[in-house]
Amino acid sequence: MVYKLVYENLKHRPVRTLLSSLAIGLGVTMMLALVGVGEGMLEDQANRARGVGADLVVRAPGSSVVGMGSLSMNQGILAYVRSQKHVALATPIGVHSTGGVSSIMGINYDEFAAMGGGFRFREGGKFSSPDDVIVDDLYAREKNLKIGSLLNTMNRDWRVSGIFASGKLARVMIPLTVLQELASANGKITMIYVKLDDPANTQAVIDAMKKDLPEYPIYAMEELIKQFSVNNLPELKAFIGVVVSLAVLFGFLVVFLAMYTAVLERTREIGILKALGAGPSYVLGILLRETVLLAIIGSLCGILMSYGTRWLIGVFIPASMVQAIVYSWWPIASLITLAGAVLGVLYPALKAAKQDALDSLSYD
Amino acid sequence: MAIIEIQNLRKTFRSGDVEVHALRGVNLLVETGEFLAVVGKSGSGKSTLFHILGGLTPPTSGTVKIDGQSLTDLDEGGRTLLRRNSVGFVFQKYNLLPTLTIRDNIDIARDISGKTAPWDAAFIDVVEILGIAQKMERKPRQLSGGEQQRVAIARAIVNQPAILLADEPTGNLDTENSNMVLDLLRHLNKKTGQTVLMITHDPEAAAFADRIVQMRDGELYGA
Repeated sequence: MVYKLVYENLKHRPVRTLLSSLAIGLGVTMMLALVGVGEGMLEDQANRARGVGADLVVRAPGSSVVGMGSLSMNQGILAYVRSQKHVALATPIGVHSTGGVSSIMGINYDEFAAMGGGFRFREGGKFSSPDDVIVDDLYAREKNLKIGSLLNTMNRDWRVSGIFASGKLARVMIPLTVLQELASANGKITMIYVKLDDPANTQAVIDAMKKDLPEYPIYAMEELIKQFSVNNLPELKAFIGVVVSLAVLFGFLVVFLAMYTAVLERTREIGILKALGAGPSYVLGILLRETVLLAIIGSLCGILMSYGTRWLIGVFIPASMVQAIVYSWWPIASLITLAGAVLGVLYPALKAAKQDALDSLSYD
Repeated sequence: MAIIEIQNLRKTFRSGDVEVHALRGVNLLVETGEFLAVVGKSGSGKSTLFHILGGLTPPTSGTVKIDGQSLTDLDEGGRTLLRRNSVGFVFQKYNLLPTLTIRDNIDIARDISGKTAPWDAAFIDVVEILGIAQKMERKPRQLSGGEQQRVAIARAIVNQPAILLADEPTGNLDTENSNMVLDLLRHLNKKTGQTVLMITHDPEAAAFADRIVQMRDGELYGA
């Protein structure tokens, strides 16, 4: 009967129920979208790294495992890497940040293409002049670029010569030599991707190179890809913590306001229940159940809205952000929201439970 | 046997520095199965008497017993149990829950008192007598005032309380519906032996009772 009363109360005020649920859901969406973007971007980065086709990577000393890096490694090391036993192909990569999380990558086109089985061009083809740039299809879509379009980055205009299928390490690529010159970093690279004659030799090659280059981080690709995790990004974890706290506060405030209003609105009804012999726990139980139901509906709304944010990101900024749907966070976000909602209902519910029956019945 | 025993009942309200004596030593005995009307003008103290008998407010002093249970020393929890188990209310404003159907409005009183069994045959008869059996799935707003008051009567007696307290039960009704509700109260009283204590300012309504007592300035006459 209490559940029926709770259900009927929610049904009786559909606009309040809908708005409260959506507001509660926003907190869930905030959490799911943020976690999803974190996971999605790392997963995308991992997939693109995998798309290079290399067996191992040599990075600059002191560089972050999942960061973009900079042109800080001496290119002379490339000759050493190429001279190693079992190394079939080694190609240098230069990365230059263009602001925020965006970067432009310099490659030796033929080597890079050979390593990963070539580019799949949707339109156009490789660079034909030092002013040419190739971009992936997501970047082209986000920036509305076509073959021949001009792209302004690094304080100059580039002509788009090719649009390739995404999944090749970077979204924007130019010749490595041009990048080095523009960045005033001739002879400097960011990392070296290495393909071996047989992937089974990966660990042996790493062990050998680490003896000669002890300060250089050298990773097997699978090992590197495993590092693309939120756990390796303390800043992101801290940010998620902040958003989770905000979501709890948000849920608390929404439910507090909604239920406080509901209790005032239903003063007379609470008086009727008390006149019928309902004790404080009965009244408390009704409001708690109503809140739990609102939190459940809100969580479902929030989960659905997180698909909405993923769609919006995919349509408007597919190259800048990728949002994954992280199922494991559904129960986490829902429980966090529920906790905020229960905290929010406590004061209004206790106020209702303590309400004097006679005063409540006299309320109009 | 008296089901309500009131001796020297007093209730004083304090408003700032001013004391208002709503009841000034009321004495009353109501026999089991009796239909009693307490008649008085507005401000005479009859509603205060109603609220004390219903456990909605505690007395200041005096003795009140319902079905042998003393109300004088009851705390809020005790008064809640009294309302749950021993008293049924019928209010002037019907006080039905607008979101629930008629059936659920009756059942919630049973739910509060922890009863889950289906209605017994006697109560089903009462529902038939009240003329609401065909309207169980409707919401209160779909019923007339008279029908809503009959639902309130059904809700008040569904837990077989020791006494049925009715506060101006016909105050919001026209003459035809008033007579119907009062007839039903009298019929239920005769048929089931339900003790009824009705508060009213209307002498015509009071005439439906077995006995009438007058309330004036916090004192009872004719008790």
